Amino acid sequence: MLNYKSFIVVLFQRKEISVATILLGTITFFYSIQPVFLSPSNVDVLLRITPELGIVALGITLLMIGGEFDLSVGSVFGFIPMFTILLIENGVHPILAIVSGLLLAAAVGLVHGVVTVKTGIPSFITTLGGLLIWRGVSLAVTGGLPKYMTMPEEIAFLFTGKIAPFTHMQMVWFFALAGFFYYILERTKFGNWIYATGGKKEVARAMGVNTDHVKIILFILSSLMAGLGGIIQSMRLGQALPNQGDGLEFDAIAVAVIGGTSLFGGSGTLIGTVIAEYLSRIIENGLIIIRAPSYYFRLYIGLVIIIAVTVNVYILRRSIRSRIES
Amino acid sequence: MSNHEPLVFMKGIHKWFGRVHALQGVDFKVFNSEIVGLVGDNGAGKSTLMKVLVGIFPPDKGSIIINGSEVKLKSPKDAMKYGIEMIHQDVMLAPLMNVARNIFLGREPQKLYGLIPMLDLKKMRIESLKCLKEIGLDGINPDVVIENLSGGQRQGVAIARALYFRAKLLILDEPTNNLSVKESGRVLQFISEAKNQGISSVFITHNLHHVHSIADRIVVMSHGRVVGDFKKDETTIEEVTKLITGEAPPKPELSS
Repeated sequence: MLNYKSFIVVLFQRKEISVATILLGTITFFYSIQPVFLSPSNVDVLLRITPELGIVALGITLLMIGGEFDLSVGSVFGFIPMFTILLIENGVHPILAIVSGLLLAAAVGLVHGVVTVKTGIPSFITTLGGLLIWRGVSLAVTGGLPKYMTMPEEIAFLFTGKIAPFTHMQMVWFFALAGFFYYILERTKFGNWIYATGGKKEVARAMGVNTDHVKIILFILSSLMAGLGGIIQSMRLGQALPNQGDGLEFDAIAVAVIGGTSLFGGSGTLIGTVIAEYLSRIIENGLIIIRAPSYYFRLYIGLVIIIAVTVNVYILRRSIRSRIES
Repeated sequence: MSNHEPLVFMKGIHKWFGRVHALQGVDFKVFNSEIVGLVGDNGAGKSTLMKVLVGIFPPDKGSIIINGSEVKLKSPKDAMKYGIEMIHQDVMLAPLMNVARNIFLGREPQKLYGLIPMLDLKKMRIESLKCLKEIGLDGINPDVVIENLSGGQRQGVAIARALYFRAKLLILDEPTNNLSVKESGRVLQFISEAKNQGISSVFITHNLHHVHSIADRIVVMSHGRVVGDFKKDETTIEEVTKLITGEAPPKPELSS
């Protein structure tokens, strides 16, 4: 039988534990100050809006485990729905326009990936370029004005429909993608190659892994997820805003880091990212509910990053020490 | 056995880096079940020669013959196909991944669940335990992350991996560097264990006591050339030291 001490040690070896603990503490905190925080309507709002950034954070998490960054996801998040709307305005069928938008997002990721791995320029720089370029294109094409998205109801339902109480289609996308990426990362050869590429590229190469291909595929996934998240948000809002997704790249990276993903690559968890995404939205929403000034959001997220990473490092040291002692 | 056809014969190897002539017509042989100590000062060309053998650097001139057939090695993966594996100073293991995932990196076993391919984690674990046990590392849990192992244990895992995938020749680049006396002893034991299983090794090192305690043959390099090639029993540490430092004149290839 597993004794109490072993159970705690095993529990502490899970990176997701710290963020899950913070999540529970945060929910309790906001509920104790303002019980309306857990009212059905507020919970429904939270569940509806969370997947948009969450889908982007899934792509970012995989890319960060692979040892790279993507600062362009916020701009792609704004640019792709804008492009999709332009196609629809020019008579393209909405489904075809969405598929084209997603293909363009994949192409953007392909360009970022190829430039990064072939030139050796850090992805921080190449995707910073992407951030400015795709935001610039959005602004230039629209003249800085919002564009309205008119989508047939049955198509909109596929992305944002409510299928049951507290269950929205964007949640289905989010959890389906999280499950699929979890399978890829933990249960396939490619997942092993992602960890190795981010952890020690030279080792992966020496063992025959094409690390350039791994990274390019991860850049494509990152952009693709940003495009999909952007399309879902535009469908929910019924419009694409020129500044849509502004600053989202830092929110997505923050979510991945809070969830336990290493900034240095080679380590991370998608479950942690999912929990951290809910934590991030709950802090934002909770501050509004308790009527704290909205400017505090980033301050709190900053604090949570420091706390979560500190707790993760502490847990890691404890688990190593307990392993050595045992 | 060892006096017949060599397992590996590098013939007249030249390598230039810009204007630097790093390897100047080197002949180098390794026979079956033989441990060769490859020694020399910094910049002698030891690591460069071995990087040519594992496909990291293509030779500018010369040929590589494995089991009697000339081969072209363009990458470490090519070398692995011929059973040649290099274990570098910093050990070719991903530090944040566990032992089992490292052992099977790039050669992961899969099984199908319906049409869905999945890593065979159970097989990876069981086979890892088996191959670690074969070189006396049965105390290591395959789920342990590499960065939690000692330097000697990491060398052991890398050697176990090479043995599991039927390597015929291990190239160990300074495997005892930065290790304690006890840990170094364990690594030398792993190399002996590999020899008992019929695996040859090339042991690159600066530590002449280590090489003398384990090698069957000692090859000395200086300034991109082989300046001495001895059966261990036919030389002394002093003689090898003089060849390395240039105090003694070069001795051409003696044993073959």
